[in-house]
Amino acid sequence: MSRIHEAFENKKAFIPFITCGDPDLETTKKLVIAMAENGADLIELGIPFSDPTAEGPVIQEADNRALSAGATTAKVLAMAKELRETIKVPMVFMTYANVVFAYGAEKFLSQAKEAQMDGLILPDVPFEEKEEFASLCQAYDMDLISMIAPTSKQRIRMIAKEAKGFIYVVSSMGVTGVRSQITTDIASLIEEVRSVTDIPCAVGFGISTPETAAKMAKLSDGAIVGSAIVRQIAQYGKDSIEPVASFVKAMSDAVHNS
Amino acid sequence: MTNANGRFGIHGGQYIPETLMNAVIELEAAYDHYKNDPQFNKELSDLFNNYAGRPSLLYHAERMSRDLGGAEIWLKREDLNHTGAHKINNVLGQALLAKKMGKTRLIAETGAGQHGVATATAAALFDMECVVFMGKEDIERQALNVYKMKLLGADVVSVNTGTGTLKDAVSEAMREWTSRIDDTHYCLGSVMGPHPFPTIVRDFQAVISKEIKEQFLREKGKLPDAVIACVGGGSNAIGSFYHFINDPSVRLIGCEAAGRGIDTFETAATINTGRLGIFHGMKSYFCQDESGQIAPVYSISAGLDYPGIGPEHAWLHDIHRAEYVPVTDEEAVQAFEYLSRMEGIIPAIESAHAVAHAMKIAPEMSRDQNIVITISGRGDKDCVSIARYRGEEISE
Repeated sequence: MSRIHEAFENKKAFIPFITCGDPDLETTKKLVIAMAENGADLIELGIPFSDPTAEGPVIQEADNRALSAGATTAKVLAMAKELRETIKVPMVFMTYANVVFAYGAEKFLSQAKEAQMDGLILPDVPFEEKEEFASLCQAYDMDLISMIAPTSKQRIRMIAKEAKGFIYVVSSMGVTGVRSQITTDIASLIEEVRSVTDIPCAVGFGISTPETAAKMAKLSDGAIVGSAIVRQIAQYGKDSIEPVASFVKAMSDAVHNS
Repeated sequence: MTNANGRFGIHGGQYIPETLMNAVIELEAAYDHYKNDPQFNKELSDLFNNYAGRPSLLYHAERMSRDLGGAEIWLKREDLNHTGAHKINNVLGQALLAKKMGKTRLIAETGAGQHGVATATAAALFDMECVVFMGKEDIERQALNVYKMKLLGADVVSVNTGTGTLKDAVSEAMREWTSRIDDTHYCLGSVMGPHPFPTIVRDFQAVISKEIKEQFLREKGKLPDAVIACVGGGSNAIGSFYHFINDPSVRLIGCEAAGRGIDTFETAATINTGRLGIFHGMKSYFCQDESGQIAPVYSISAGLDYPGIGPEHAWLHDIHRAEYVPVTDEEAVQAFEYLSRMEGIIPAIESAHAVAHAMKIAPEMSRDQNIVITISGRGDKDCVSIARYRGEEISE
């Protein structure tokens, strides 16, 4: 069993995302440690992809910066392994199907397991296509995270029944990125999930303030924040450790107190 | 040819975000219903015949045949369709389907601009809103088509991400569709993307091979020996091949854009230089690096400048039913000029890739053999860039 459930034990989970290798892998390591020390309960490590079709401009640009700076899947896997010498917080990779497929899915998962990663999020692999990755994830004791969206409707129960680790609830239509408000009826999505499973649900997409994070965590089991953090890394580069640490602190406090 | 999950052999599938899944499921259900609906088919035939100008001619290029001194050359004149390319076949089908589904807005990607112009045209005809995503690079090299789209009432959105070409336009159109599904149909322009698009687009383009077969049988009482078409995503090629797939005597040849050559990085020849991967909703062959990062491909032809190929082509390649050959920029430009002088027909630079390969193989074939080349579009849009390629600056 992965450690993902620990992130949700007796509290709401704050789940930050960063793109590995932006601006470089050394900074990524420091950022991950800083996030873990400042209340992150589960960390999403993005492996950069040249054409991330589910991302808005903020994460697209982060992926470009990381690739230009020389990040590769092999280097990210090595970095994750090094990080595990320092931190124990549950971590999942988030990337696109082709990144894992090109590396060799089995090789990727065996090395991810070696780095004691806990799961994998592939936003371009829906329920219908998950088997080729899910069976390998299971073999290496990693959770392939399922997503549900505002449009999922009658698909929610089918997805929830087979979900592992936690369910990533997409808060809004569209791609990742900061939004001024979230209008989806999150409560009813969660209720639908709850009718078939008690797996934790965390809400992501568009969350950028402690207020929204608290609101989303209150409706679910946690809040996922990516673009708002990546935006700070874009602004401060190698000097982003402090601003990201204090932002993560504010966000995780808001989530934990929700 | 496809199984329930939209697979062609191992290729195809639906690798898209969960947000889009119900949209493609709804599209598949609507298509499965309307494809057998007599009223839908009557309306579509009427649009094909009385709006797009079908059937398109199958023209016997006698001068070219004599000059090459081998197989007889026949040109399937998709360039004569309304809007000047085969793209209108698919767009009329999808726009009619979208209308029946109650959609009021069409979005599309475009490379050379032909699909964008066709979509803008159908949107005008059906009184629908239209937004076309086009790479910044392509907007510069296809200014005439950009103007046409605007004239037809479409918004053209410049895509600055990545290489600013067709793949980035597809990514951006997919992102836009994710944010607005209720009233919007994504009118995908090629036999690519998630199921059911490769099947829907192929079915609407299959009219090309249906007509070739009828026209050639009427003319010669037999089947042609080879059918040649250019391949980017592969819609005119699959349309030209489809009704011949079960006729093993007919060689099916897809011509990929080799750019500056398949031994360089400046190429878009997917079958010749790519590897199996997962991108833009499908499993197929893609130009990519060893980490699976999609390659910044290059071709003189904006319409073939795409790092992937439709899943049905990938499968036809796997089972050795079709051949996929590389054609360089230089060979295509020479063919562009050759067909213009030899037959008085200026082909699209995309189609010129197919002409170039026919010029290579026709002399090795006998006089009683026949090659059909699909001229997928007209070349007006390319004159400025071909002139520039030849060192001449002209303005429109």
